Amino acid sequence: MDTIYQFFNDNLLLIYLLIFTIILGFEVISKVPTVLHTPLMSGANAVSGVVIIGAILLIREAAPTDYLTLGLGFLGVILGMVNVAGGFVVTDRMLEMFKKKKK
Amino acid sequence: MAFNFFINLSYMVGAIAFVWGLRLLSSPDSARRGNIIAGLGMGVAIIATMIIPLTGASNNYPWIFGALLIGGIAGTLAAKRVQMTAMPQMVSIFNGLGGACAVVLAMAEMVHFYDGTKTMDGAEMSTVLFTLLIGGVAFTGSMLAYGKLEGLIDDRKVTFPKHNIVNLVMLAVALVMAGFLYIEGIEAGLPLAIAFMVLTLIYGFSFVAPIGGADMPVVISLLNSFTGLSAAAAGILYDSQFMLVGGILVGASGTILTVLMCNAMNRSLLNVLIGNFGGGGTSAALASGDQVVREVTLNDAAIQLYYSQSVVFVPGYGLAVAQAQKVCKEVDDILSKNGVDVKYAIHPVAGRMPGHMNVLLAEADVPYPKLLDLEDANAALANADVAIIVGANDVVNPAAEDDPGSPIYGMPVLRVWEAKTVIVLKRSMRAGYAGIENPLFFHNRTRMLFGDAKDTLSNLTSELKTL
Repeated sequence: MDTIYQFFNDNLLLIYLLIFTIILGFEVISKVPTVLHTPLMSGANAVSGVVIIGAILLIREAAPTDYLTLGLGFLGVILGMVNVAGGFVVTDRMLEMFKKKKK
Repeated sequence: MAFNFFINLSYMVGAIAFVWGLRLLSSPDSARRGNIIAGLGMGVAIIATMIIPLTGASNNYPWIFGALLIGGIAGTLAAKRVQMTAMPQMVSIFNGLGGACAVVLAMAEMVHFYDGTKTMDGAEMSTVLFTLLIGGVAFTGSMLAYGKLEGLIDDRKVTFPKHNIVNLVMLAVALVMAGFLYIEGIEAGLPLAIAFMVLTLIYGFSFVAPIGGADMPVVISLLNSFTGLSAAAAGILYDSQFMLVGGILVGASGTILTVLMCNAMNRSLLNVLIGNFGGGGTSAALASGDQVVREVTLNDAAIQLYYSQSVVFVPGYGLAVAQAQKVCKEVDDILSKNGVDVKYAIHPVAGRMPGHMNVLLAEADVPYPKLLDLEDANAALANADVAIIVGANDVVNPAAEDDPGSPIYGMPVLRVWEAKTVIVLKRSMRAGYAGIENPLFFHNRTRMLFGDAKDTLSNLTSELKTL
């Protein structure tokens, strides 16, 4: 139990951020209309590509001869980048179709 | 000092861009701008991550640029080429790759922990384990979902008897292993950590295996939220508030969609996950085999449509399979020109992902005010002259309302039978995904028009043009 108290006290700001982001996320996303659920999903998908940040840091911090880490980071950046680039482009394609309907 | 300030500011701007972008998604008019803003936020954060000063780091920029280039080109090409009907597959793949990326990051942490180059406290260890589990399930689960949607994998070939029990056992073993890795710390060793990762990957596959067909919108939404959560967990590992915010937003979005989809089917998430749809429900309605199916000729159907006041299209997955969205719009155009009020009734779980039908119809240039959600659609159907059903089945099944023995009893459906006439476009008399007979086809107001939806609709266009 003590470790949990300790963790809470040490990471108070992180926990605040976590909770408020959850509230904000639910608040903002519940306003998205049914018509846009597919673009919401693919847009959110692109946002989940944020993991690429971690992969870039992994490569930057690796020793130049640490090929295992470099390889993992390389793979991570490719995976993340496909997610990011593909996600935003495909969402844009969909939303373009919705937009031109405006008279 | 000042430089670090600008780096941190960039991350903050990036996170705000995500929230702002999602906010703009609340209206079709501003949605495109929202997506672009979120994309720019991501771009700013990636650049900041490239230039943030790291003491003693060797940077290895060629590796980063190489990977960014490969991933960027592959992602963009795939996104440009995919057909709108194949959107659920594309979203599944992208989602899976995000999960895979989180798994890679967590494994890198594990490698460094066990070779002694990095220490980890209990909180960090549990975060790594969580990332592996959730990210792993999101990865292989999404890949299987892709295979199923693409028609590469037959649902029956990947399940076996007592599948749900095997799944539960697998999950229990994974949790015990995670507990062991947590308690033993460095004593446990890298091979066990790798075994844990492999188990989560197998579990992800097995978890999605029994779920199929019409339940796809639920599982895709759920996997989407898993990827978000794994990204958020990776954000805690890398001490990045930006990653945390991005991941949580995705998690929230996936969770909301999952709940909406479950509600639309009047089923609990657990019920969807154990995939017991279809089995069991034997009801009186299908026992009698002497019901009459009434067919209608193209010419009669055309005349009926042409001279009605209001027509409601009810699209389903069959519309996507037949790629019939554009012909559907042609029929709409001819009718509208003749003064017919044409609307579209969209059930939340029509198709294979949330909003699937809306995207297809948008591609065919159908203005979005014509697309009605469940409630508005039922109001419109009550006053409609003709309801024309294109490839939908379970979402228009009256058994959901009046047959307590039916497995879909209680699911909110589109009350198409309240229209004066129902025309059903259908390839054959086969039952829908749920394997449930649809009494609608024998209803006295129903007329069947057999054939491929696209062919039927284009023949209908020719007929309409002669009137």
